[in-house]
Amino acid sequence: MTALLPVLILLTSLIPAAITFFLAQDSKRLRIALNLGGAVLKLGLIVFMLAEVAQGTVHETRLEFAPGLYLLLRVDALSLLFVSLSAFLWLLTTVYAIAYLRDGPELSRFFGFFSLCVAATTGIALSGTLISFFIFFELLTLSTWPLVVHKQNAKSIAAGRSYLSYALPSGAMLLVAIVWLESAVGPVEFARPVDFGPLDRTSQQVIFALFIAGLGAKAALIPLHGWLPAAMAAPAPVSALLHAVAVVKAGAFGVMRVVLDVYGLERMTDLGLALPLSVLAALTILWGSARALQQDEIKKRLAFSTVSQVSYIILGIALASPFAVIGGLAHLVHQGLMKITLFFCAGIFDERADIRRIDQLDGIGAHMPWTSVCFSLGAIGMIGLPPTAGFVTKIYLGIGAVQADALWVLAVLGASTLLNAAYFLPMLYRIWFLQPTAATTEGAKPNERPLGLIAPAVITAFASIAVGLLAASAFSPLALATQIAERQYLR
Amino acid sequence: MLAIVALVTLPLVAALMAVVVERRGEWIALLSVIGVVIALSVLMPLVATDGPVDLVIGGWQAPLGITLRADGLALAFAGMAALVMAAVLVSARTLYGASPSEAETRGQWAFWPLALLLWGALNVAFLSRDLFNLYVALELLTVAAVALVAIEGKRESLAAALRYLMFALMGSLAYLLGAALLYAGHGTLDIGLLAARDIGDASGATGSRRASDIMAAGLMTAGLAVKTALFPFHAWLAPAHAGAPAPASAILSALVPKASFVILLRLWFEALPGLTTPALLATLGGLGAAAVFYGSVLALRQNRLKLIIAYSTVAQIGYLFLVFPLAGGDSYAQPWAAGAWTGVIFQALSHGLAKAAMFLCAGVWIIAVGNDRLSGMRGLASATPMTMSAFGIAGVALVALPPSGGFTAKYLMLTAAFASGQTIWAVVLLLGGLLSAAYLYRPLAMAFSRDDDATFAPVPRSLQVAPLLLALAAILLGLGSQAPFSLIQTGRPAAAAEGLE
Repeated sequence: MTALLPVLILLTSLIPAAITFFLAQDSKRLRIALNLGGAVLKLGLIVFMLAEVAQGTVHETRLEFAPGLYLLLRVDALSLLFVSLSAFLWLLTTVYAIAYLRDGPELSRFFGFFSLCVAATTGIALSGTLISFFIFFELLTLSTWPLVVHKQNAKSIAAGRSYLSYALPSGAMLLVAIVWLESAVGPVEFARPVDFGPLDRTSQQVIFALFIAGLGAKAALIPLHGWLPAAMAAPAPVSALLHAVAVVKAGAFGVMRVVLDVYGLERMTDLGLALPLSVLAALTILWGSARALQQDEIKKRLAFSTVSQVSYIILGIALASPFAVIGGLAHLVHQGLMKITLFFCAGIFDERADIRRIDQLDGIGAHMPWTSVCFSLGAIGMIGLPPTAGFVTKIYLGIGAVQADALWVLAVLGASTLLNAAYFLPMLYRIWFLQPTAATTEGAKPNERPLGLIAPAVITAFASIAVGLLAASAFSPLALATQIAERQYLR
Repeated sequence: MLAIVALVTLPLVAALMAVVVERRGEWIALLSVIGVVIALSVLMPLVATDGPVDLVIGGWQAPLGITLRADGLALAFAGMAALVMAAVLVSARTLYGASPSEAETRGQWAFWPLALLLWGALNVAFLSRDLFNLYVALELLTVAAVALVAIEGKRESLAAALRYLMFALMGSLAYLLGAALLYAGHGTLDIGLLAARDIGDASGATGSRRASDIMAAGLMTAGLAVKTALFPFHAWLAPAHAGAPAPASAILSALVPKASFVILLRLWFEALPGLTTPALLATLGGLGAAAVFYGSVLALRQNRLKLIIAYSTVAQIGYLFLVFPLAGGDSYAQPWAAGAWTGVIFQALSHGLAKAAMFLCAGVWIIAVGNDRLSGMRGLASATPMTMSAFGIAGVALVALPPSGGFTAKYLMLTAAFASGQTIWAVVLLLGGLLSAAYLYRPLAMAFSRDDDATFAPVPRSLQVAPLLLALAAILLGLGSQAPFSLIQTGRPAAAAEGLE
């Protein structure tokens, strides 16, 4: 069972993907059953695995290709953090996508790639070596492109083009980093310390830079973030997935792997790489927020907000002090929950009330109370007000900055919080305190049905509050993050 | 060994039969496919476990007779060729299958014998151990290939065929001249016997002997490079491959250049490893790199699908020539030389499968649209989803993204490049990959664009299955790379294991 479980978890999305591609457009029930069934089964297996890992079982599967080239699936605490987040949000996004797309065109293609995309994300989470990570990382690029261009109009084709023109070159850089490193030190497994002996200091620094450049496009670090705002041409469930679970998270997760398990915090600091990385993250945080402020489309504002928020994760890792690392790790989950809520709601506003611009939001709170409440909870979390998940992150990052003697980071956090407030609060003000205008209700009469559309948003909104309120409990993301960070400092 | 005989003679006999028996070409082809597949499935496990199998024709040992040897290299290529031929022959049934009511067209009569003849010649080229016998195989191959280009009898394809013929004859001439020089110097053209003479080993050779050996090797290499369409001898390839009908293009682009490349490998790694110099290795690698860039840039500038795919072949062939600097080089490279050598062969196999799939896709779309202009491709993704996926998957293999055979190849070659400190070739590999993504993206995005007004002619499902299966085979080559990897290792020439020098 221990060797089989990671493979089974992958298969719960690979098999539905393989079958869904061949389904006819009108076999709707089978498609829904396959996708939901796979997602539920996957979540079940992961819960089972959580219990097993808590007892100390090691899950490991190895698949040999050519010499030196093998796929290793291995479950550790960090993979559990990511895989549970993705499995949970995936189930909800599948429900949402089914309700959102209803009887649109090319559904078999859409859900096939949708499942393939989960498989790739799961693979990324479970990868035990750099090359396995790379294989799934590229698979993710390939399986998200058809989702981004799903509408097949000029705008989405342009978005897809932009996505690939960032993702493929950065993938090439990642491959260079991996092959360069491995040709000197042999295959890199995350569970084994890497012996950097054969490489001189400069090579180590250059390879690190290549890693960050390779992962940075997906993680939307400046100046590689340009594709993300363009990609909001995709359907809302795809945006939700891109921003919260799959693509940007894969990039951030990769940075974590490289920093924590390949280089190690200590080596990163010794090589003088921690400061440049944290400065890059800080700049991205400020730049993303500043650009978000300038947008008047809801999805675009949210997209730039993602650019900013994902870099909290990287900032936490780069500061390399215990609290900062914990904050960064926890934010992987926190940001996912909050941002997916916001995108779910933006999709409902668009789909049910034709609201795409911020000035159309006036007074919508009265017409669409559930959506508006969820949106507000997500926004409050993003600003970082207590008792939301965002608050927990920011406190930890702040304490971490003090621990790392990087007081300038406090200023960055403060400025970013102000900026977050500056672009979210006016939206909340419009939703709740302004009178509806003609623009608000010019679409079809606003409603929030079916249940499949609003329920996922409600669940994620309350989850984002719950992980904040219950942060001290043993099973919270924060607790898991603490466990991961402890291992870093004790080894 | 009967199986080796079957590999060579079945296609040739089938070609003769197809000439003689009217209107049964497709069935004869099908039978020979089945026969060859059986022969390969007997030979491959045998060779993988027991090592290479020799067939000494008529019991006459070299230098009197000719030896055919089934080693890992030969079988890997023969296997790839069998897959491609099977898919092509199945696809060609729609185009060239005889109908009982109408009179037979030239294509219906000529396609089957020519394709089968070409296949037989290919297998001889992969298996033979004699440089003159290899020349005969190359000539057969060229004749069949040129005829396939001209099969439709259109004006521009006749011109392309003529140009192809000119280049190919020039190549043959150079090769033959080189072989004659070698024979004059050493009294044999058997690869094994030549290897045993340690040609180029400074101790034995006098100055004039060495000069004639170098000249011979140079002439043969130039001749083979022309036939492989290595930059700057690539000018014939694109018009010929794009001008032929789609099933023929698939054979021409996927298989024909591989034959002369295999002979090049045998020449430098088995027969004459002692003659190599760093300058020669760098030159061949440099020409390969130039082919990668020049072919890609030309592919980017085309507005017809088949031309894009054809120029992509020019670029992809360039990678193959990186085997010379990567598997050669100084002693530091040696542990990795085997990886580089195998990686290049993976590249050749993966390219063969993917390229054949792409040309067959182009064939499907030409039936649907009526021509292969990019601007006419809007809306094809929705109209022919199966072909779209085949094209996309084949593209993944050509761009060398995981988990395709192309990725395995690229990984092995990159590792060798870094391990031997020759990062320049790594740059070629990576930029080449990005360029290929760029030129393949154009047709892909065009097909994905929506066009609700577009109407397409219906295409039979059977025609769409073959390219998909080929493209999936290119992916499987990466996913299941362990078995082919160890097969290719069997009988691997010592020169590749230790580096060329």
